Amino acid sequence: MKRWLYIAGILLLMAAPGSRLVAGNPENQAEPKEHSEEPKKFDAGKFVMEHVMDAHEWHIMKIGETHLSIPLPVILYTRGMGLSVFFSSRFHHGTQAYKGYLLAEEGPHQGKIVQANADGTINEEAPLPLDFSMTKTVAAMLMSMILILLVFIPMARKYKKNPNKAPSGFQSVMEPLILFVRDDIAIPSIGIHRYEKYMPYLLTVFFFILVNNLLGLIPIPPGGANVTGNIAITAMLAIFTFLITTFSTNRNYWKHIVNAPGVPWWLKFPVPLMPFVELLGVFTKPLVLCIRLFANILAGHFVGLSFIVMIFIFGQINWVAGYGTSVVSVVFYVFMTLIELLVSFIQAYVFTLLSALYIGMARVESH
Amino acid sequence: MLSFIVFILQAAANAAMAPMGAAIGSGLAAIGAGIGIGQIGKGAMEAIARQPESVGDIRSNMIVAAALVGAVCFFAMIVCILIVFMGGGK
Repeated sequence: MKRWLYIAGILLLMAAPGSRLVAGNPENQAEPKEHSEEPKKFDAGKFVMEHVMDAHEWHIMKIGETHLSIPLPVILYTRGMGLSVFFSSRFHHGTQAYKGYLLAEEGPHQGKIVQANADGTINEEAPLPLDFSMTKTVAAMLMSMILILLVFIPMARKYKKNPNKAPSGFQSVMEPLILFVRDDIAIPSIGIHRYEKYMPYLLTVFFFILVNNLLGLIPIPPGGANVTGNIAITAMLAIFTFLITTFSTNRNYWKHIVNAPGVPWWLKFPVPLMPFVELLGVFTKPLVLCIRLFANILAGHFVGLSFIVMIFIFGQINWVAGYGTSVVSVVFYVFMTLIELLVSFIQAYVFTLLSALYIGMARVESH
Repeated sequence: MLSFIVFILQAAANAAMAPMGAAIGSGLAAIGAGIGIGQIGKGAMEAIARQPESVGDIRSNMIVAAALVGAVCFFAMIVCILIVFMGGGK
């Protein structure tokens, strides 16, 4: 009996913040409809998109009507105006133009910085400036890089100073992971003679993806940004794998692409079907790596956010429905986050494993 | 019967087909992933039943295979999301 009370108490405690956010709605419903300001309807799609997309400021929370967010540096370059560096708070959320630039809130360039006319409207003919800004994703990536360096550089120094000492402290958490990457990913795929050259890359990719996946699950900064769910970042990781694979090939690899062994001649000679398919495979393998990581992490964020959004949608209808939904939603959200924890590890493992496999397959021994 | 079919086709021609196509596509992708991962699980269960001491190896391989099959489902999902958020017109 006591255990059930305990569990019910924890569930109510978890539901309390959700219901407090919904409790703002009765005031909106009390307003008469002829009032000049209509209560803003909750836009679920926009809410979800704002949380997973990139932005020029790091939005933390909204207290009442004021937004609490961290402005980030904006770095732009156009041929006419040269290099401009300033904080994104100068844009005042898209209401003001600054130094000839404007943050477009609607239209085809939504969320991007465009050039502005003298009176503050968007200059349609001018091309978009080259945007090198530190956006939310970049800032989160730098945070996770600082975290990784803070953990691993002292560890490396400890190993160098005293190689045969038993691991201590946080080292004992990281050492099994590093040995796992070496013994279960690198050595079986690349071979025991060549694996050492590629270990830095494989370890970096593994921990970069793992730490960024895990930080993406934490709702508040420095964790709230969607780093690995951004296709640009996963595309760069896949491009690195592609470059490293291509630079470690030998002649036999390309000979096997053009002239695959064991395939009948009529698939190669008049119409080179087989070489075409093999060449396509060279490019689709990194592309698949990119999309697999991107889609898995993005889908996880979507589902988690949808559960939270349901609270607000039901709260708009009836505040009692909002309270009731918040209990169920928070339980599902916790369950989804646990699954996402598993998916974070699995996706880091699969990306590293497949990268190691492709690097291992790059050097083909002649029969 | 024929007039009913004609009526349905006319309604379909006037409606916006793209979001419907996206919804059906992502449903089919989910069915495909479900069948694929179910077969992986079935094979894994049978293998564990035959040789219970190799549970660890089989479990890791099953998870890897499930991740790879799940990725294929996600490609279809990404295409459907692209249709909803970008195409949808013409």
